[in-house]
Amino acid sequence: MPLLEIKDLHVALDDGAEIVKGIDLTVESGEVHAIMGPNGSGKSTLAHALMGHPAYTITSGEVLLDGSSLLKLAPDERAQKGLFLAFQYPYAIPGVTVTSFLRSAMNALRKARTGGEDDPIPIPEFRKELAAATEKLKVPRELLGRYLNDGFSGGEKKRIEILQLALLRPRLAVLDETDSGLDIDALKTIAGGVSDLVGPEMSAIVITHYQRILNYIRPDFVHVFAGGRFVAEGGPELAEQLESEGYDAYLPEASNGAR
Amino acid sequence: MNKPETDVSQIGRDYKYGFHTTDKPTFSTGRGLTREVVETISAQKNEPAWMLERRLEAYEHFLTRPIPTWGGDLSRIDFDSIFYYVKPTETEAASWEELPPDIKQTWDRLGIPEAEKKYLAGVGAQYESEVVYHKLQEELVRRGVVFLGMDVGLREHEEIVREHFGKVVPFDDNKFSALNTAVWSGGSFIYVPPGVKVEMPLQAYFRINAENMGQFERTLIVVDEGAFVHYVEGCTAPIYSSDSLHAAVVEIIVKPGGRCRYTTIQNWSTNVYNLVTKRAVAQKNATVEWVDGNLGSKLTMKYPAIVLAGEGAHGEVLSIAFAGAGQHQDTGAKAIHLAPNTTSVITAKSISRGGGRAGYRGLVSVDHGARGAKSKVVCDALILDEESRSDTYPTIRVHEADANIEHEATVSKIGEEQLFYLMSRGLSEQEASSMIVSGFVEPITKELPLEYAVEMNRLIQLQMEGSVG
Ligand SMILES: Nc1ncnc2c1ncn2[C@@H]1O[C@H](COP(=O)(O)OP(=O)(O)O)[C@@H](O)[C@H]1O
Ligand SMILES: [Mg+2]
Repeated sequence: MPLLEIKDLHVALDDGAEIVKGIDLTVESGEVHAIMGPNGSGKSTLAHALMGHPAYTITSGEVLLDGSSLLKLAPDERAQKGLFLAFQYPYAIPGVTVTSFLRSAMNALRKARTGGEDDPIPIPEFRKELAAATEKLKVPRELLGRYLNDGFSGGEKKRIEILQLALLRPRLAVLDETDSGLDIDALKTIAGGVSDLVGPEMSAIVITHYQRILNYIRPDFVHVFAGGRFVAEGGPELAEQLESEGYDAYLPEASNGAR
Repeated sequence: MNKPETDVSQIGRDYKYGFHTTDKPTFSTGRGLTREVVETISAQKNEPAWMLERRLEAYEHFLTRPIPTWGGDLSRIDFDSIFYYVKPTETEAASWEELPPDIKQTWDRLGIPEAEKKYLAGVGAQYESEVVYHKLQEELVRRGVVFLGMDVGLREHEEIVREHFGKVVPFDDNKFSALNTAVWSGGSFIYVPPGVKVEMPLQAYFRINAENMGQFERTLIVVDEGAFVHYVEGCTAPIYSSDSLHAAVVEIIVKPGGRCRYTTIQNWSTNVYNLVTKRAVAQKNATVEWVDGNLGSKLTMKYPAIVLAGEGAHGEVLSIAFAGAGQHQDTGAKAIHLAPNTTSVITAKSISRGGGRAGYRGLVSVDHGARGAKSKVVCDALILDEESRSDTYPTIRVHEADANIEHEATVSKIGEEQLFYLMSRGLSEQEASSMIVSGFVEPITKELPLEYAVEMNRLIQLQMEGSVG
């Protein structure tokens, strides 16, 4: 059974505008899929809809994780089933330190795993895991004591997203433009960190505009997303082709001949 | 978000202090207030004549003073059904073991003896009208610190009490200060000698046990030159279907260079009217800090005030109000600048949910002569649902041209985006909103000693339980 199956998914906004217009995607365990597309094509909409954001309505289609539907589940229940979204624009939670948030999130997932019994992670164990992950991802220790994403730079936010990913250990990670806002060294560290997590335990969907991040997280499949649909699919070579030729060939204007 | 509705009527069940015991008091004046009741209270306490005179004068004023109509709804207080004086034990105990078992058990359940062992320099415990337990560390007694129940304070330090009693909060300040002055009983008396810094907090714990009880404690704190004390009060009561009244008066005098911090964690059950007058005078270069957490009660009207009477005096108020279903928190602060180069900072945060109503009512006044005064007021309100309400009533009066006054106010709702972000990490909707609320009040809880910060957060979590549909 595939880890994730998306079948003919349609997503609309509150005002009825359809943004995702029927996509199919199957992700097996251990696979990396890249979704590449121009700005405004609906990539984040797809990511939010997968996670269960209430502003995005799934008007038809199906999303199965391990063969069972996610569509009726609240976002926390989806997270508890192993889905993780690294946000393109993470939100700030003033007054809550990164450390205390991480511990609460880990405990929430542990609680779900024990079927609702509190099973808080022992503090020494938490410290150890946190220290290992921050070192690996080169997260400045100073960030951990600050309020979550409050006044963080774009790059700091992205680092903290991946720190969360490393500690929460999802089975499917959706990375929404994690590369934007990162300089080349940071990208190398962070994407390398994600790549090390990919394996039988974790698959990934890497949403990006640029091919760059795919040098560090090698995709098994590349899907080109434009106008709410996958317009081309292939292997890693497709990403390189997009990088040199751009998206023009896939934009609706191009097919209309209207340049 | 796809979660079953929580039955609002269940929320009160989370109030774990709602138990009561059925002990028999040793004396009570019965229901209602008359001149005889005032005389009886004074006689019970063997007070000096001047105190009885003050009580009677205040009683007369209370009778004629109209009930205020500008704040919360006070029209339903039934003054005739209240017990104004209930004496639970014959004497004040110096060890918990000496207390009657029922009363001792109450304190055990509230965790006070344990807290005393761990992190307090002194503890006072008031049950109904009287302080039933009092203890101060030997070391502090030797250094001349006085921490007594107010009645004992009057007996043993009559001169200090006479000098200050009713000077900071005159009996005719308002209807409830008049009532308190007439029937006061219990409260704390604290004196800290020059230069003495009391490192660990002194805590007083106020407990109402009986139905229709009126608790009228009176607290007087005198901090001498260069001295420091942190005083903490906690309050709880059982849940009854009829109302109780808590009308305290607190007076603080901080002499030059001294500092006093007064922390309240008020968690009365939701049938208590909490109408308290708190005021402090800061002399030259003195500092007063009110940290005021109002989580319980049916209606609280309380505006801790700081009179900045000496040059360079500094005042701070940090206030948190949480108004849940059926609650009205009308709280705030007052900073009265009388002297040059005085500064004040007021930070008020309120949360309302489940139809609760939280208001900030504040006064910043810069009088003639208070040149170079600076004041900053920040009030932030967080409203958790459509039924709840938040209001801000700031008053600013300035009589010196060079005063520097800032006032900021924000009102916000919990963002759907923030909730989604936290829920996407596995937190339930309730855990997520609790986390946002804890973060909202963090600028204040981080000012508290760890134990109180933990307690405050725990009370907020309890208030939040069942708060989302
Ligand atoms: N919450 C929203 N409210 C209104 N419009 C939205 C919302 N989310 C997305 N859109 C619109 O949907 C389209 C796709 O946006 P998005 O999914 O963010 O694209 P991408 O991530 O590919 O850049 C855009 O036109 C955007 O303005
Ligand atoms: Mg996007």
